[in-house]
Amino acid sequence: MRIATMRATVVAVGMLGLLDACGSSGSGGGAATTTATTPGATAVCKGTTQNPGYKNGLTKQPNQATSLSGAGSTFVNSMMSVWTAAYASTGGVQVAYQSIGSGAGIKQVQAGTVDFGDSDAYMKDADIALAKGPVLQIPLVLAPVVVTYNVSGVASGLKLDGETIGKIFAGKITSWDDPAIKSENPTVTLPSEPIATVHRSDGSGTTDIFTDFLTKESPSWVTALGGATQSRGKTVAWPNGIGGKGNDGVSGAVGQTEGAIGYVELGYALTQHLPYANVKNKSGAFIEPCNQTVLAATNGVTYPADLRFDLTDASDAQAYPITGTTWALVYQNQTDAAKAAALINFFSWVLTTGQDMTSTVNYQPLGKDLQQKCIDQLKKLTLNGRPIVS
Amino acid sequence: MTAQAGVDVPVVRPRGRATRWLGGDGAFRVVVTACSAVVLVTIVAMVIFLLVQGFDAMRHYGFFSFLTTARWAPSEATATSASPNPYGILQFIYGTLITSLIAMILAVPVAVSVALYITNFAPLRLRRGLSSLVDLLAAVPSVVYGFWGIFALLPALKPIGGFLASTLGKVPVIGVAFSGPYFGYSYFAAGVVLAIMVLPIIAAVCREIFATTAGSWKEAATALGATRWEVAMVAVYRPSRTGILGASILGLGRALGETIAVTMVIGNFVLSINKSILGQGATMSSVIANEFTEAVEPFHLQALFVVGFWLLVVALVVNIIARRIVAAQAAL
Repeated sequence: MRIATMRATVVAVGMLGLLDACGSSGSGGGAATTTATTPGATAVCKGTTQNPGYKNGLTKQPNQATSLSGAGSTFVNSMMSVWTAAYASTGGVQVAYQSIGSGAGIKQVQAGTVDFGDSDAYMKDADIALAKGPVLQIPLVLAPVVVTYNVSGVASGLKLDGETIGKIFAGKITSWDDPAIKSENPTVTLPSEPIATVHRSDGSGTTDIFTDFLTKESPSWVTALGGATQSRGKTVAWPNGIGGKGNDGVSGAVGQTEGAIGYVELGYALTQHLPYANVKNKSGAFIEPCNQTVLAATNGVTYPADLRFDLTDASDAQAYPITGTTWALVYQNQTDAAKAAALINFFSWVLTTGQDMTSTVNYQPLGKDLQQKCIDQLKKLTLNGRPIVS
Repeated sequence: MTAQAGVDVPVVRPRGRATRWLGGDGAFRVVVTACSAVVLVTIVAMVIFLLVQGFDAMRHYGFFSFLTTARWAPSEATATSASPNPYGILQFIYGTLITSLIAMILAVPVAVSVALYITNFAPLRLRRGLSSLVDLLAAVPSVVYGFWGIFALLPALKPIGGFLASTLGKVPVIGVAFSGPYFGYSYFAAGVVLAIMVLPIIAAVCREIFATTAGSWKEAATALGATRWEVAMVAVYRPSRTGILGASILGLGRALGETIAVTMVIGNFVLSINKSILGQGATMSSVIANEFTEAVEPFHLQALFVVGFWLLVVALVVNIIARRIVAAQAAL
């Protein structure tokens, strides 16, 4: 059954490519700059992704420590393990990353037990107040949270808007042949089968990104959870459904449960061969999550100086609306010269060479302007109050 | 034999005196006492630890307030508001008890039958192999049971769950406990996994108990013309009933506290009591396993310690009640 699903997905993706070839007369392949209008919006996902090839890394700091310790987000873990393995062989520095969860990563940073942390939800002022000093928050990659499902007869391409997803997770829509889902998918035969929602049972940055989107797009979700302050967060009071621990717990439960719908980071849906929905964005188009549409979510975003921002429900016509990032958390003022040098070298490498490795694990590289801002952020590191990068 | 050893000792150790042996006696007593004390100190220290760690939450919300609601919603907790308590744990107590109950209902009859078969019916050459197999079940790590539960048991239970939902689920009154839809992850699935996990414990103890029943009883029963079935019932099962209860308590102890396998198949629904055993829920240990790494809301981590404390209390109470029952049985 799984193989069948996968094959169907491949076929469907191929068909999208054909449609694009017919419809948008040769404007494909242009990645995020393509300005195809709504009907062909999903088609931007076809074609191979080019590596960004950033060369603006910082000058290598001498006398660096030979090891670094980090802890936090599970969302970024598969990316981080590719980076740390490659960096150990090319950079000669062992980076030990513990995938313990975003909230736990923030706690470790506050306690000062790691050299850097990582969280999919940025540290709020209240979090920083508990830390030992100002914290630099540096986005590392972009990634979509996909709405994955297991519905018999629907191999791929289900279309859903935020309000419908919100109603499903709030328990207001309980069957797959509900008129709300049907009206968005007139050509799909939906079975009369109960919906099992799957959510994260542990606190999670993925949940934060997903519920941020629901809060912006689904009034029913906000009402069901008792207001906008309750309807978004790393944990929310899920009104029903199955809880899975970690992204793999959720994708596993969706794969095992007929009629299930859940949300995971894209890579987890791909490795389990689960289909995922095209989600309606702010400009009204149903968007497939992929490199180009995720990058499009950063178009026209003005980044605040501290690089704390949300990418959900972006205004670009091609933006995938449930897009997030993950932040490295580093104390702005370092006290150990060797560690500081190693941190600058590692993150400079991650933001340049490291960005070219993102596609191997289905993450998306940072856009050019954001990447430059991250490099600039790295320059703010100080050693006992004095700047390190001249 | 012992007399010989007593004679030998002065020969081997010429300078040894009787008083040294008394000293050895004392030392041995101290060691044994100390070891027993470690057990006692550990359990007391654990209770104190849980109380200390959970103290902030208990002080903030009130000691018993956790037992007054069945709504666990950490995201609704704030640093200031103390009422209503967002960390209600009744649904977890319910989950722990209901999954253990399902496990016992399923496991005890099977375990007793297995033990009876091994001790009374199986061909001699099969007995040892069968015993080892049953013991082997107990050696499977619980995470493996969890994996097996997700990928083998859940699909296998699907038709059973669906059948229960469409038959018992439609019956008035008790239908609530079996109402669908059935998705697999449920109290029911957790109970079945637990049943398989406690089965070898109960079966192994029962086997030992049945093996010690008096041979003369069996012979007497056989001589009176009893069939094998009657012998097993009259001469083996009946005199062992207290022992079977004791064995069940051992199994129950494991079922109450089992964490990983349950967490993987119960569905981890924490917001309220799910009345249907075919629905998703959570146990006291599963919620701790799920949430402690990311317990970042106000009083969240402390509330999990409170759950741990009450889990200990529930386990103690259930054990005491079960022991009472055993004692009452034994007195009959």
